[in-house]
Amino acid sequence: MTAPPPAIELRGISKRFGAVQANRDVDLAVQPGSIHGIIGENGAGKSTLMAILHGFHQADAGTILVDGSATTIRDSRDAIRLGIGMVYQHFMLVDGFTVLENVMLGAEGGRRLAAGAAQARAGLARLGDEYGLRVDPDAPVGNLPMGARQRVEILRALYRGARVLILDEPTGVLTPQEADDLFRVLRALRAQGCAVLLVTHKLREVMAATDRVSVMRAGRMVAHRETADTTPAELGELMIGRRPALPQPHPAQATGPVLLESHGLVVHDDAGTVRVRGADLRLHGGEIVALAGIAGNGQTEFMEALAGMRRPSAGGINLCGTPVFPGAAFNPAALRRQGLAHVPEDRLRDAMLPQETAADTAILGYQDDRAYRGGLGLLSPGRIARHGAEVMRDYDVRPHGPRLQAGRLSGGNQQKLVLGREIGRGPAVLLVGQPTRGVDIGGIEAIHARLLACRAAGQAVLIASVELDEILALADRILVMSDGRIVGEVPASAATEARLGLMMAGIAPDQTS
Amino acid sequence: MNALPRWAEIVLLPALNLLLALLVTAALVLATGNDPVAALRALVVGSLGSADSVGYTLYYATDMAFAGLAVAVAFQGGLFNIGAEGQAALAGMGITAVALNGGALPAVVLVPLAILGGAALGAAWAAIPGWLQARRGSHIVVTTIMFNFIAASLLVWLVVNVLTVPGTMSPESRGFPAAAALPGLGVPGAAPVNLALPLALAAAAGVWLLVWRTPWGYALRVMGGSARVARYAGIAQGRMTVTVMALSGALAGGVAVNELLGAQHRLLLGFTGGYGFTGIAVALMGRNHPAGVLLAALLFGALTQGGAELAFEMPAVPSDVVVLIQGLVILFAGALGNMLRPGLLRVLGRA
Repeated sequence: MTAPPPAIELRGISKRFGAVQANRDVDLAVQPGSIHGIIGENGAGKSTLMAILHGFHQADAGTILVDGSATTIRDSRDAIRLGIGMVYQHFMLVDGFTVLENVMLGAEGGRRLAAGAAQARAGLARLGDEYGLRVDPDAPVGNLPMGARQRVEILRALYRGARVLILDEPTGVLTPQEADDLFRVLRALRAQGCAVLLVTHKLREVMAATDRVSVMRAGRMVAHRETADTTPAELGELMIGRRPALPQPHPAQATGPVLLESHGLVVHDDAGTVRVRGADLRLHGGEIVALAGIAGNGQTEFMEALAGMRRPSAGGINLCGTPVFPGAAFNPAALRRQGLAHVPEDRLRDAMLPQETAADTAILGYQDDRAYRGGLGLLSPGRIARHGAEVMRDYDVRPHGPRLQAGRLSGGNQQKLVLGREIGRGPAVLLVGQPTRGVDIGGIEAIHARLLACRAAGQAVLIASVELDEILALADRILVMSDGRIVGEVPASAATEARLGLMMAGIAPDQTS
Repeated sequence: MNALPRWAEIVLLPALNLLLALLVTAALVLATGNDPVAALRALVVGSLGSADSVGYTLYYATDMAFAGLAVAVAFQGGLFNIGAEGQAALAGMGITAVALNGGALPAVVLVPLAILGGAALGAAWAAIPGWLQARRGSHIVVTTIMFNFIAASLLVWLVVNVLTVPGTMSPESRGFPAAAALPGLGVPGAAPVNLALPLALAAAAGVWLLVWRTPWGYALRVMGGSARVARYAGIAQGRMTVTVMALSGALAGGVAVNELLGAQHRLLLGFTGGYGFTGIAVALMGRNHPAGVLLAALLFGALTQGGAELAFEMPAVPSDVVVLIQGLVILFAGALGNMLRPGLLRVLGRA
């Protein structure tokens, strides 16, 4: 008996978008009953390849074989028909619908909803037993934690008959414990003969969960390895094409005075829900403090309040020893003048002018500065462009062009542009949300180096991050937020992933020891 | 999405959209049993064929330019001011109040004073919806539309009950003093082309400087791009909303300057002539840029003048054809403005 054909085989897939060759002659074979990792930097072409597999894009050249026979995938309906299911990084779920209703979306099962619902309910129960994927079918999805929402996505794909499951950066929003649960589910799927494609840039996950791994770089498939035969170091090198710099342990240094302080801060979101329930913070010059936590536990609102973008409903904030809240001039412009700089986590949405030039983005928030004026006190496009060029040169923003449209820069370069604008002013306090979200490895190194330089210069740096690796690489102290409270503080030296993970789930540190 | 070359974006695409509008109009004229070529000739000759017609085209274009600038400047801040019509009406009242009471003043004082009075009332009338939006969250589109009705009623009441000349039947005030007349430009022909035309050009230049060359304009454009980014940048959006609406209302007052100080020399019902609404189309077609607004104003001015001639020359063609053309221009240049873009990209080899 011959070996079964690969569940999915790609031969010579190429795809070009304008001047960008996103995929170049890509080969890939994924065996049924295996977990196959695809790793690569941002922009390496992973997402394009997965979009081709799911019918969102069509390849310019190459063949796709499913179970050994050549096929074309024109849209997601074709993909579903061929048994290819996709779990996106940002879940495609209707928050107001129940789990059952979400699973039925697009598979309503005829004109009478009730018949389809009964069928789906039975299907969910069966899948729950088979794979250990248990979710209450009548719970509204909006009330579920991230890990459960992801299970709904997986259930939906399986309910449609998926035999190949593609997961795009699945652990980004999960706690370490939830991630472990996910990998348990994936192993159950493997045992049932499903093929799982795990797209990620986290080496640790690839090493822990996969059987085989394929590495992409600059649109090409550069290597296929049996996971057991490779090392994280080799994979990292293959991903970036050179040996990554080892994280330098940063020397301890004496901290300066308290530059940013909050006490009893209570913050509501736009919908009026309380998101921060009494947060105390003391941030010194010359230290990096990390706000750790699962996304959505109040870090975003806390940072926005500290930056003056969101008015707290109770508590107080001092900046450089001066009370700024409660106070009349509590707004981002006033705080900026007093030495605060802020890089919000969603920089493209909040801190850039994507339609305008990069140089315009480089003066955002500082547009009143006389340095950008020319004759008659009017804004001088020449001076603005020169300033933009300076920021882009100093922070290695590529391509280097102050007149380029800012929204066309890649994620990492957008971040460097915004960081350059904010750090370039020499602020006393720097707030950075998700410093390296969407940034590739080379960019991560550069951004971390910049933040450490701020620390060395005696500036106070507060970062909010969901990447534990990043927190461990940068922070002197770690504050863990859960459900709007700072549930504990850990010095970086005493932090371990397991301990932080439990704290992120809301279990205080004394209970974990 | 790939970008068209600049010349195609600014010239070719609008020209093609305009052509489409004219083609559809031609088909409809044909369907009513008339000769579309003759109709088009009447339209062109009527708007550009003589000194008189060129003069009237410029005169109407002046109204369109002021109204278009009013809509465009608010739109740069993300505010859709539908109320230019009412703001122009209020500006007319301001102008009238100054002109009728300042007969003793010399023209060099009275005319600027009347313009200022008009601008002030137009600004105030627009600032109220701005304030309601900033403070109460009442949507500016809804409030400015409602303010048009209030302004129209106010104008009727004022003209019919207060300002009408006793013993006459016409709904208009008494004539302004001679010192309150904007000087004509001395163009040949009968059209009342007056100093409001260069004023409109200056206003366009001023709007350009303000929006693209001042920190205030930068902040305005940031707010128009995204309220979240504006909040991040620390822009006082409430104050910005009120000020830009006031500026918009003052610009809308230019319609009243051209009509009342430049041509009619009295306050009369309906002097705003729907220009406030056409201004929306002008701004849309001009892409909310002063230069584009001036070009679009010229086009709509020509359509208005040429349409009047068309109705005179070819009575069989329904007089609503001009409104139809304007509607189609808005449809193709505005709502369907990007319809031809993919094809154009392919033809130009940029796809």
